[in-house]
Amino acid sequence: MNNKLRDEILNIIEHNSRIDTKELAVLTGVQELDVVNEMADMEKAGIICGYHTLIDWEKTDIDTVTALIEVRVTPQRGQGFDSIAERIYKYPEVRSVYLISGGYDLMVILEGKSLREVSSFVSDKLSTLDTVLSTATHFILKKYKDHGTIFNREQEDEREMITP
Amino acid sequence: MRNPLSDTIVQIKPSGIRKFFDIVSEMKDAISLGVGEPDFETPWHIRDEGIYALEKGRTFYTSNSGLKELRQEICNYLKRSQGISYRWDSETLITVGGSEAIDIGFRAMINPGDEVLIPQPSYVSYEPCAILAGAKPVIIDLKAENEFRLTAKELEDAITEKTKLLVLPFPNNPTGAIMEREDLEAIAEVVKKHDIYVMSDEIYGELTYKGKHVSIASLPGMQERTLLINGFSKAYAMTGWRLGYVCGPEEIIRQMTKIHQFAIMCAPTTSQYAAVEAMKNGDADVEMMRESYNQRRRYLLHAFQEMGLECFEPYGAFYMFPCIKEFGMTSDEFATRFLEEEKVAVVPGNAFGHCGEGYLRISYAYSLEKLKVAMGKLEAFITRLREEKKA
Repeated sequence: MNNKLRDEILNIIEHNSRIDTKELAVLTGVQELDVVNEMADMEKAGIICGYHTLIDWEKTDIDTVTALIEVRVTPQRGQGFDSIAERIYKYPEVRSVYLISGGYDLMVILEGKSLREVSSFVSDKLSTLDTVLSTATHFILKKYKDHGTIFNREQEDEREMITP
Repeated sequence: MRNPLSDTIVQIKPSGIRKFFDIVSEMKDAISLGVGEPDFETPWHIRDEGIYALEKGRTFYTSNSGLKELRQEICNYLKRSQGISYRWDSETLITVGGSEAIDIGFRAMINPGDEVLIPQPSYVSYEPCAILAGAKPVIIDLKAENEFRLTAKELEDAITEKTKLLVLPFPNNPTGAIMEREDLEAIAEVVKKHDIYVMSDEIYGELTYKGKHVSIASLPGMQERTLLINGFSKAYAMTGWRLGYVCGPEEIIRQMTKIHQFAIMCAPTTSQYAAVEAMKNGDADVEMMRESYNQRRRYLLHAFQEMGLECFEPYGAFYMFPCIKEFGMTSDEFATRFLEEEKVAVVPGNAFGHCGEGYLRISYAYSLEKLKVAMGKLEAFITRLREEKKA
C-alpha cells in the first residue's frame, strides 16, 4: 500500500472532491489506474466516506437553522455510549454526533428549517429518550469558517505583477 | 551643475524585469505568472509570533549579528538538514533578506579586478552587486542540454588566475534547475583545485522535488571556502519580512558583520522573532507548501507536454523555463505579444542573462485554478502562432 500517494490524494480531494482521476494522476505523478485503485480501496475501507459539497446556506433562499446540542446521558451496561448515540444519529435531521470528553457526553449537531423545528426535536424526541439526563441547545448565529474554509473571504492577490 | 551621479551605478543596466513590469502594470485584469514569491501567506503561527513580539514591546535593535536564539536555531537546522556545524556566535549573520547577504558577501571578499563567476540564467542581483563591489563579473552560460546545471568543464573553462569567487545559484531562479550531489562533487573538485571560494545562494533549498537539497558546503573541504546564503522568504512564504542569513568562515563573516553593522545595524527585530517560530515549528508548513508546488509543477509539465512546448523537467524552486525557439521570436516579442493578445504576463528568459534568450520564466506560485486558466490561454496563443507560421 502506497501511503504517500494515499495521503496526497486525501489532501487534495478533501478540498476538491470534483477533481477527476486523470488530473489526480497528473498532480501526484502516478498512473491514472493507480489513483483509481487507491481510491476504490479507500472507499471500500471506509476511509473515503463521501464526496460532499461545502455550502454557505446563508447565501441561498433556503432557510436553515443549525444548533449544537450538548447531551448528558447514562451509559448503558455492556454498550457504553454506542447504542444511545445510534439511537440519536438515526434521525435524519441530525447532522453529526460526537462522543465528547468533559462536562457532557454527546455533542449533537442538528439542522432544521426553523427554531421551532429544532426546539420541538429537542423537547419531543431527544429529551424524552430514557437515557438522556439533560440537554443544552446552542443555536449557531453565524458561520465564519467551516471545514477549514473561511466564508466571505476576499481573495485578492496583493503581490506585484512581476518580481524577480 | 555638477553631475551628481556615480559613473559605476549609471553604467549598470536597470533590471530587465523592470522594463516588462512597466508594460504589465499598465494593463488591467491581466493574469500574471511573473511573480517570484510564494502565493501563500506567511503561516499564521509565525505571524502571530511577530504580533506577540510587538505586543511585548520588543521594538529595539537586536545585536548586529541577530538574535542569539535565531542564530542558534539556524545552526541547529543546518546541522540536522545538511550535517554542517556552524558556530552561532562567529559564523552566522542574520541579514535583510538573502539579497543583503549577496551584496555584503561580495563587498567583504572582492578586491578591485577580482573575477566573480556568475552562471546564468540566474537571479538579477549577482552581476550588479559584483560590479558595485569592484569585481569583474564573468558570465558562464548554462545550457539547456545540461538541464541548466553547471558542469565542471564549464567552470574549469571560465577560471583564470584572477578568479576569486563562484556564485552558485541552485535551486535556480529562473530555470528551476537543481544541482545534485554528484554535480556538486565535480564542482567542488575544481573549486578546491583552483583555490577559489563559493557563494552558494540556497534561498530555494527547501523547495526541491527530487530528493533533498544538498549544500555544497556539506562536501569535504568545502565549508571553509563557502558562504551559504539562505533565508525565510521562499520556504516560509515570508518575503515581506525581509529576513535572510549567511553562514561561512569566521574571517569572512566578521568582515561582513562590519559592513552590516555600519550600513544596516540589524535585521528587523519583529521579523527575527517571527523567524524563530518558523524555525522551531514551521516544518509542517514547508512540507505542505512544497507538496502543493510539486502538484502544480507536475500539472504545468503535463500541460506543456500536451501542447508540445519544449521544457526540461525542473526539480527546484517554483519556476518552469520552457523553450520558445520554435516560434522564431525573441523572448521579449513572445512575452509582449502573449500579454497583449491573451493578457497573461510571463517573464522573458533574457531578463536573467543573455543565454536565457529563447526561453520564458513561468512561475507556479499561483493556485491550480489560475494556472489552468493561464495554460488554456497559452495553448490558444501558441496554436495561433503555429498556424501563422504555416500560412
